[in-house]
Formats: sequence, structure tokens, C-alpha cells
Amino acid sequence: MKPAPFEYHAPATGEEACELLHSLEDAKVLAGGQSLIPLMNFRLARPAHLVDLNRIRFLDSIEEGDGGLYVPALVRQAAVEDSELVARICPPLSAAVRLVAHRVIRNRGTVCGSLAHADPASELPAVLLALGGHVDVQSVHGRRSIPADQLFTGVFETSLAPDEVMVRAWFPGYSGSFAVVEESRRHGDFALAGVVRAGDRLALFGVAPTPVLADPNDPTRGLQPSGDLEATPEFRLHLVKVLTERAFAA
Amino acid sequence: MRVNGTSYPAPIDSRRLLSDHLRHDLGLTGTHVGCEHGVCGCCTVLLDGAPIRSCLMLAVQAEGHDVATIEGLAQDGGPLHPVQQAFHECHGLQCGFCTPGFVMSVVGLLKQNPNPSAHEIDEGISGNLCRCTGYASIRRAVERAAELSKK
Repeated sequence: MKPAPFEYHAPATGEEACELLHSLEDAKVLAGGQSLIPLMNFRLARPAHLVDLNRIRFLDSIEEGDGGLYVPALVRQAAVEDSELVARICPPLSAAVRLVAHRVIRNRGTVCGSLAHADPASELPAVLLALGGHVDVQSVHGRRSIPADQLFTGVFETSLAPDEVMVRAWFPGYSGSFAVVEESRRHGDFALAGVVRAGDRLALFGVAPTPVLADPNDPTRGLQPSGDLEATPEFRLHLVKVLTERAFAA
Repeated sequence: MRVNGTSYPAPIDSRRLLSDHLRHDLGLTGTHVGCEHGVCGCCTVLLDGAPIRSCLMLAVQAEGHDVATIEGLAQDGGPLHPVQQAFHECHGLQCGFCTPGFVMSVVGLLKQNPNPSAHEIDEGISGNLCRCTGYASIRRAVERAAELSKK
């Protein structure tokens, strides 16, 4: 199988990546590629240019800071899964990352990639939202931070501008009670519905165009989940109730 | 890139997937291609020692890295790799299509965790699909591979 033709760029620095994103028309950022490459294989995505971040140094180590964890753009999900620092500072992230696909995918897939891809059924955006984290993005115009509740704008859509690159995510430290529960047809599949609970804060995924915060006492209020071959809207609403109960029993 | 210890020139076409590069350009057809979107696990190879999907990576991205494929596990005519030996002993394969992917996933799993529990074995092979044997004999093969790897 072949993706549609594109021009490949492998910048050596973040600045170079920003220059490329600024000057090129229809460019996509490539990090782990575990969502983008399958979309390109099926030609559902046909970007004219790929800007591969993988040759940029210093983007692959998790650091403690500002009462939480900074996870730069090239930190693989497997590294987060194996990190004692993450398990100590932000156990909900540690728990959630294990539900992302399979280990072989996590060896390549990145945390920032999951956030930037913004699949409504993926776990990590809901974790960022439940904990109230943010992401730092960079372009030729400079850097800015986007809080989780302003990051996800629609199905596979974020508030990043086309010439911005997500350089790191910040997850706050968390030591309270939490739960990450989801229902999927098979282990490793995308969730039909899922719940991240941190204390009394509840974020849902798989039931709206973006992850959403919900009232723990009435988690389905205002929800209008879509139906597909895997689950009807009613079933998804049912799952939200059951998963919320489980999340609070955990 | 180095594949099984041998250096090869860079792929010419940037849209060449690593899986296709291994098979078509380097003639290493032991890496199989099934779904080509990361679900089946047939194309699993090791990149710098960790198992990855070769269909979800561009060949140009492997430049400067070490790739290990099923062909590199044992010498021609020499003894099988412990994981291959275990799959052979435990009937961990039937048609064999998924086998290179399973074997490379298990090599990666045992490298990271030489004594996996039953749950960890299930977790370790959950990203690979087999349509013939079912998974019971493959699980046994992983347990046997862990034993053989210690010898």
C-alpha cells in the first residue's frame, strides 16, 4: 500500500519545523504516526507535505515541573507507561496510557500525538481535560499555552493553527483518588465510551465530538452521542451511567 | 539503515512504507503484510530492539536505526531462536501467515519482561491476530519461549 504522494521534511530543530509549517501549504506534523500513517495508507488523509519531528533532539524526555509533568512531543506512550516518575506524580496518566491500543503501537505512538489527533474516543485527551492540564504550542510567531478545555474543538479538531506544532503537554501532579474505565469490543480497540475520574471531576470520552466534563450526579445530561455499527446512542448513554458508577466505586 | 546487522542504502521514495521497503526493495519477505493499518500485527519488526508495526512507519524514518526482522533471528541451517523453537514445539502456528509478527512481538516482550505472567502474556500478544490456531497454543509457546530463553 502507498500513501498518496507527499514531500517529506525532516527538520533538525523545532525552529526549522516551525519555519516549514509556516511556509508550506497543506503540511501535517508527523511524530509517532500511529494514527496519521494508517489514514494516509487508506488515503483518507493526503497531506502535500509531512514535517517529521523525529530527528529533533531533546523532545523525548519526561520532566517534572510546575507541580506536574511536562511530556514533550516525542515521548512515546510506552515510555510514559514504564516511567516511575509518571506513576508517582500523575498516576491517572499512567493508568490511562495502558488502555491506548497495544504495546507495539505504544512503542511508537506519542502522548502529544494523541492529543493533537483529538480522536473523540481516545483516552489521553480526556485525562488532560479531567486533570486540567494544558499544552504548549510553537510557531514562527512564538509560543503559547492552550488549556485543555480550549484545546479540543471538534472531531479530530483542535484549536492549534495550521502552522503551530505542539511541543509539549503538561499534566498536573495528582495524588487523590481516580479511575479510568472504558468499554470496548476488544482489548485495545477504541472505546465505545469511557470515563476519567479525578476526585469529583469527571471527563467522558467516546460520547461527544470532543472529550467533555460531566456532572458526576447526572453524567448523561445534555449528551447526544452518535450511533454506529458498534453501539447505538442509547447504549452509549447506558455505558456512561454504568462506567460512572464503576469509576466512583473504584 | 541497518537491517539484521547489514547496512542498506536509503529508500528512494519517501512514501515507501517500511514494510514494503523490507519486502520489495530488500527482498526480506519474511515480514508479512496483512491489514496495512496497524491492526493485525503481521508486519511487526524490531526498531532499535522494540517491536513496532512496519506498516505504520515510513522507510525513510528508519534511516540511522537498527531494524530486526524474522530473517535475522537464526542462521540458515543453525539452531532456531528460542521463540521460534517454542512456537515449533507448542504448535503455535498453522498456516504461518501471522507467525513472523507473533514471533517478533514475543521476542520484544521477553526482552522487556523475561518472566511474563499469564496476564502479561495475553497483554503482550493482544496486538497480533491469528485466524488458524486460536491463541491457546500460542500462549503456551510464549511460556515455553520464556523457559527456553533462560537456558
